[in-house]
Amino acid sequence: MTALPLPADRASNDALLAVRGLSVRFATPEGDVLAVNRVDFDLARGECLGIVGESGSGKSQLVLALVGLLSANGRAEGSAQLRGAELVGASERDLRDVRGARIGFVFQDPMTALAPHLRIGDQVAETIRAHERVDRAAARTRALAMLERVRMPDAELRYRQYPHELSGGLRQRAMIAIALAAGPDVLVADEPTTALDVTVQRQILDLFAELRASLGTALVLITHDLGVVAGLCDRVAVMYAGRIVETARVDALFATPRHPYTAALLAASPTLDVPLDAPMAVVPGQPPDPRRRGAGCAFRPRCARADASCASPPPWHGDRADGVECVHPCGVERLRR
Amino acid sequence: MSTASHPAREPLLRVAGVSVDYPTARGPLRAVDDVSFELAPGESLGIVGESGCGKSTLGRALLRLVPASAGRVTWLGRDLATYGARELRAARRDLQIVFQDPLASLDPRMTIGESIAEPLQVHEPALSAAQRESRVAEMLLAVGLDPAFTKRYPHEFSGGQCQRVGIARAMILRPKLVVCDEPVSALDVSVQGQVVNLLLDLQRAHGTALVFISHNLAVVRRVCERVLVMYLGRVMELAPRTELFVAPRHPYTQLLLESVPVADPVAARTRAPVQAGEVASPFAPPSGCVFRTRCRHALPACAEGRPPLELADSGHSVACLRWREIATAAR
Repeated sequence: MTALPLPADRASNDALLAVRGLSVRFATPEGDVLAVNRVDFDLARGECLGIVGESGSGKSQLVLALVGLLSANGRAEGSAQLRGAELVGASERDLRDVRGARIGFVFQDPMTALAPHLRIGDQVAETIRAHERVDRAAARTRALAMLERVRMPDAELRYRQYPHELSGGLRQRAMIAIALAAGPDVLVADEPTTALDVTVQRQILDLFAELRASLGTALVLITHDLGVVAGLCDRVAVMYAGRIVETARVDALFATPRHPYTAALLAASPTLDVPLDAPMAVVPGQPPDPRRRGAGCAFRPRCARADASCASPPPWHGDRADGVECVHPCGVERLRR
Repeated sequence: MSTASHPAREPLLRVAGVSVDYPTARGPLRAVDDVSFELAPGESLGIVGESGCGKSTLGRALLRLVPASAGRVTWLGRDLATYGARELRAARRDLQIVFQDPLASLDPRMTIGESIAEPLQVHEPALSAAQRESRVAEMLLAVGLDPAFTKRYPHEFSGGQCQRVGIARAMILRPKLVVCDEPVSALDVSVQGQVVNLLLDLQRAHGTALVFISHNLAVVRRVCERVLVMYLGRVMELAPRTELFVAPRHPYTQLLLESVPVADPVAARTRAPVQAGEVASPFAPPSGCVFRTRCRHALPACAEGRPPLELADSGHSVACLRWREIATAAR
């Protein structure tokens, strides 16, 4: 992000994924829309990074850009290196190899991501065979093992079933099995539990936690729900209007949010432990219009701490793994220490 | 099942043994199964449960938007099924609904002023155009929108603003009851609070009764005085919020509350995993208690009879064979 010198790029040396100045633009009849605006972050091996933002914050487009899955009118700029290999501008052929083999994807709606005419187990086995030279029998054995690994109940039976025969929660387990089948370095999960009922959501989150511990795969979890990242992530990046406005270790982010937007989002997230008769905390105003973005802080029309100085580009305090982009961050004491 | 009655106030709405069946290719599907409760004027009742539990169907049956296949919905002392088409239209002035998807529930070709004025044209045809306009402007202000917006179209607004329009449309006739079906689920977290507070303000200002249908327990806890928990079409528990969220008695309510994500990293990491399987098919609901296939307290007896909705405390009913033992064990 802006200005501050970083210690000799220490971070990117041990980073599995290093993203620098990544922007995503969409050409629309009303002009260009800048969905992601010069984003920097690193993902370490085995790390779980939560990317939190509301609709239109650019969180999904950011990860779609990494694997070349932007829609036809979208364009990525900047750099994203996976183990040193550049992803931005890579050929479709290379990207096809990255998808699945290096980066596994889990989407919000497993029904649209699964092939409706193929058996669940065969879809897992095909993913293995698409990236590795193994015979059918071996792929089958590994696919079944993967279904068991994601705690698919009655894995042998489910192997032979089609997506429509499974509940939403079991479909999401199948999706996770496919995403992990080729042993990727990174698993990207985009709102993986948003379409699920709360009791099933809880079980899928428990599964992610278990898989992280046993497989050591790095995980990027994209969500609008701070409650979802709390138990699972090591570090959180908060996005607003295409920018990462704050990133921190998960405990610090929840205990002492520094960006006023993070603080407002935390206060507004409904929980079961606030007093019954208190009115719900509110973030005033409307989410930003991506077609109208100025130079200053995009949150300033909704921010209680904003003043005239927020109309110019806000500075980034801290480093790439732990910092905030704000003229008037909350809890500056902690920053100065 | 008079256990659900509210002692203090004469009911606005009395729901007695209501079931709703949908015809499907696989035979009739019972979406709502023998539900009873009462709603007092100005009261707010939450209906919670997971997808497919029948909560939205029940909300529609309260307004006779879907017919009940058994039981009776009594509105202001009269069976709603006996209303003729014209009477029903007249009654709808007091029976309004707010839907989940604010953009889809507004006509894209009508300005928002026209959308909000439409109920007035139907129910108060004597109003002059100028009177109507001033009522619309007043309502827009009440929902926190600029009255200058009347000439604009729904696509020019954000989801939260469209939901304000939906609420303005539902509230402009000052109805006695508004059924809100997942009114904030499609909205960003930062906007949900605005819409919830608006609903509560309007409810208090006009004494409107609310039926608030939601899968989000944390939101229901803030909005509703009483909460009805549904599972596979049946009522599992009905209690004041002061009890339901503090001392839930039904194992399903307990599971729901344990499953809500906590926005506290330390607490979230140390929570025990939930092992609760998935909802059974509504085409083949389990015998006896429909929740028993996911229940950690289930006994063979739970497969036999349907557990009655029993009064556990004043105003607090629970449909579980073992609620007494479970309550004792928890203490």
